[in-house]
Amino acid sequence: MNPGFLLAYLIDGLLIGFVYGIAAMGLTLIWGVMNVINLAHGPIIALGMFGVYLLYTGAHINPYLALLIVAAVGLGGGFMIYWIAIHRVINAPHLSTLLATFAVNMIIIGLGTAAFSTSPYTMDFSLGSLTLGVVTIQGTRIVAALAAILVTGGLYLFLYRTATGKYVRAVANNRAAAELMGIPSARILALSFGLGTLLAMVSGGLIATFFPFTILSGGAYELKSFVIGVLGGLGNPLGALAGGLILGLFEGIIPAFVPNTWVPVFEFLLFVLILLVRPTGLFGAKR
Amino acid sequence: MKDQQQSSVALPLPAGRAAYALGVWRNPGLWLVLAVVGLVGAYPIITNQAATREAIFTTLLSIALASSLNILLGYTGYVSFGHVVFFGLGGYLGMYLLNSGVGLPVAVLAGGMIAGLLAFLLGSAILRLRGAYFALATIGINEAMRTFISNFGPFGGPTGISLNFAVYKPYGGAAQALWLTYYSLLSLTLVAIVLSFQVKHSKFGLGLRAIREDEDAAEVMGVITPRAKTWAYVLSAIIPGMAGVLFFFKNGNIEPLDAFRLHFSIELLVMVMLGGQGTVLGPVLGAAGYQQLRGFLLTNPTFKDYQLVLAGALLLLIVLFIPAGAIGWLRARFPRLRRVLP
Amino acid sequence: MKHHGSLMTAILIALALVLAGCGSAPQAPTSGGAESSATTAPAAATTAPTGATKTVIIGYTASNTGKLNVESNRQSNGLNLWIKQINEAGGITLSDGTVITFDTRSYDDESNKDRVQELYSRLINEDNADFLISPYSSGLADASAVIAEQYGRIMITTGAASDDTYTKGYTLVYQAYTPASRYLTGAIDALKQQDPNVKKIAIVHENDKFSSDVSKALRAYAEAQGYEIVLDEGYDSNTTDFGPIINKVLQAAPEALLGGGHFQDGTTLAKQIAEKQLPLKFLALLVAPPEPSFADLGDAALGVVGPSQWETQAAFSEDAAKALGVEWFGPTGAEFVSAYQAAYGGEEPSYHAAGGYIAGLILQRAIEQAGSLDTEAVKAALDQMDVMTFFGRIKFSTAAESHGLQEGHEMVYIQWQAGADGKPEKQVVWPNEAQTAELLYPVR
Repeated sequence: MNPGFLLAYLIDGLLIGFVYGIAAMGLTLIWGVMNVINLAHGPIIALGMFGVYLLYTGAHINPYLALLIVAAVGLGGGFMIYWIAIHRVINAPHLSTLLATFAVNMIIIGLGTAAFSTSPYTMDFSLGSLTLGVVTIQGTRIVAALAAILVTGGLYLFLYRTATGKYVRAVANNRAAAELMGIPSARILALSFGLGTLLAMVSGGLIATFFPFTILSGGAYELKSFVIGVLGGLGNPLGALAGGLILGLFEGIIPAFVPNTWVPVFEFLLFVLILLVRPTGLFGAKR
Repeated sequence: MKDQQQSSVALPLPAGRAAYALGVWRNPGLWLVLAVVGLVGAYPIITNQAATREAIFTTLLSIALASSLNILLGYTGYVSFGHVVFFGLGGYLGMYLLNSGVGLPVAVLAGGMIAGLLAFLLGSAILRLRGAYFALATIGINEAMRTFISNFGPFGGPTGISLNFAVYKPYGGAAQALWLTYYSLLSLTLVAIVLSFQVKHSKFGLGLRAIREDEDAAEVMGVITPRAKTWAYVLSAIIPGMAGVLFFFKNGNIEPLDAFRLHFSIELLVMVMLGGQGTVLGPVLGAAGYQQLRGFLLTNPTFKDYQLVLAGALLLLIVLFIPAGAIGWLRARFPRLRRVLP
Repeated sequence: MKHHGSLMTAILIALALVLAGCGSAPQAPTSGGAESSATTAPAAATTAPTGATKTVIIGYTASNTGKLNVESNRQSNGLNLWIKQINEAGGITLSDGTVITFDTRSYDDESNKDRVQELYSRLINEDNADFLISPYSSGLADASAVIAEQYGRIMITTGAASDDTYTKGYTLVYQAYTPASRYLTGAIDALKQQDPNVKKIAIVHENDKFSSDVSKALRAYAEAQGYEIVLDEGYDSNTTDFGPIINKVLQAAPEALLGGGHFQDGTTLAKQIAEKQLPLKFLALLVAPPEPSFADLGDAALGVVGPSQWETQAAFSEDAAKALGVEWFGPTGAEFVSAYQAAYGGEEPSYHAAGGYIAGLILQRAIEQAGSLDTEAVKAALDQMDVMTFFGRIKFSTAAESHGLQEGHEMVYIQWQAGADGKPEKQVVWPNEAQTAELLYPVR
């Protein structure tokens, strides 16, 4: 194969990989810290998309500035969801939190459909593009990749270099022990859910700058986020980013050799296989 | 809340043991459930009302599937998010056979067998995973199957399989074929309820419930957990496989997205949860109640734009405040009812 | 034990009520846009004496929620406009002197197949629907057609292009749309006329039933015309990143690309093709381009060709009908557009809206010709129908192996071209007789 084409496949894979990574980060954080699989993750991503879209088209705020507003709303919204829907069942069997977050999923999709219908929205926003040989890259995609790195770094610093971050990791490790040490575990859990929601909304906002979207668009990213959680391990932002990049490269390069429709088949088989071999993720610690 | 759930499932119960000693067929609870479902199921047959039949068909399908899922979810404590994979795969094989000239009974059996076989093969692998990891693996398998079938030529790939109208001829035309499908589904539903009851009140079921309470302890107590879990998985897969054939035979066509709809799996979980996991009556009541509610919200002009929001809010309230489900709550509240509310 | 027995009985009775309620709970169906007095008309007036009036019920499901809700709602709007117009015009007078007016009953099918059959059975048996209109989309229409056939009700399918619904031996189902097998073949004709030198074509399509059917027929047609298919790829329905596929296209180096799927993936594909500056002379995509909101893509929309069942500019006229020797029926395109805009707040009708309207118009024509509501008589009128409308020609196959398949109607092909203000504008570029602008070629 012409190396130029291979490069094109690689670059496309990496670019989507950054997007997947940041989209999964919120899910794996909540999963890792709270042991809750957030089935409302997809609709929350979609809310981020609409948030940035509305601020940009309605109030003409720069999308990247709008991301900050969306992030704040996400944090607050996350707290709210936690206290209303999750706090009461946080110690109940898995099924309860799965269904509680699924109920939130239904509520968001229902309200979203009533407000926006299910028709696609496109943001008319561009930062130009960069052409190298056969490869053309959109400016917005490059910014999204940089933002993914920035967010990963920020979250990493927060978790490993601040006192609150340490609390979060302590609660993730052993909730009961953390509580005995005087850590207010309920508030830490609420914070974690808020952060997870914030990350999901921000990733949605970034995606909205280059892909058309509907209120149902988050679902695909939610499914990929499960795969990434298993690939990269839970609760660790670096793992999520690495998992996203692996998945992106996989999706970018496999179609060069087999029909494109086989990609998801391999992807999900790989997912099940990794679950069986190493359920805590390729980079996850042994449990 | 936790206590409620545990007390409702504590075992062995004195009353439960009595029923066990008498033989399950002497249990009045089982007969009453069968009689009620049977009578309601017979209503459209007696009155010859096709519209009622269609509505009850949807409900019976849900009862059969929810009762089957309950064997894995309620008795064994494994949350399957991808149970629809058995429904879809059974449906696909059945449709393929029907179009090749095989009769409906054989197609239905084949659908059940392939679903059971898949569960058997998968069971030994993925049932090692616990909790959420098992749930995720079932999602992965459902998606892998859906995308694989989309690429699988003999099953029509993305186009799926359409039944020729002539397939209905040997059954006396389409209208008769629909009635036949209905009778079959009604019988299948009754079988599903009996199976659910039998499993619960057998030694095998006791082993499953021991696994649910504490898998490691069950192992120590002599339950061969991998084997027990695999058989529970197989038993919970067969009826969805058969029901899939009946559903798509009635529908006339099958496509990957309809056959392996993840959302349907989750709805089944909701039904089991509403009625009460781990009880025989729970999934029956949950499925009927859920379908009834959805039907009402969908067709009610005031609610139709917000039906999803309302259904979500209701689900949340139940998960938060009555996690044991309707039957679980009753059993916990009125312990003596356990004898008659299986 | 005794009082527990009665408590248990009470619970089981409650269970029985819940179960039974599934079938018999009184549920108010949605009443359509017609005047409200019609909703209370007794259904028992079937054998009305001369001079009597009767309200005919048209039953259908619409996707008020789920992924199809936009297209489906436009289709319902179109149908309801027809109902409003026919009722305002005093309805139809049958040959026995009975004056009939119309009303609708509809339910939400949630864009999925689970309940479609249940809801159509309810429409027929409980709401006493006299005629049925299909839901939007081939899959849902296929599921509903079985029910129509089983209960002997005539169904006009609209918004449903799949061919194989009509190869199953149905006798009462009639298709308003051009079938999938002829969806993109006209694009090949247009390309051939424009540039006979083009040889290499790529087909990239959504991996679902409709798009795969269209692509299969397209492939066969293109190969018969001597084209080389250098790439034939499907993609998953919720694909958002077409990077890998576009790279494959780049590698295969076709001169033209045809395919697509539905609105969301189609717009995304067109956008990313433009962003990657794929060197294509001709680009035709399914479904998405005719939608007015495709223009939101800006420059990426320019040059994209799309097949449409109908366009506001399409000039089907009485003269064209005369030239073909076919009778003209119904309003002109301009009349339909202005009535639709007046009824729905200035929204420009898409072909889905026209499709909903035409379904009603077809029924109207058949009932007028039959002079009765009898299923056999209306069916005979539909079998014989061959009329020109603002939507195009309507004629159904009467062959046993394809009964009800649309034979008269043809697609029109639109292309987005830069208007005077530089913004994208929709132009009809094919067939030649409906053309409003020359094909912009090559695209880039």
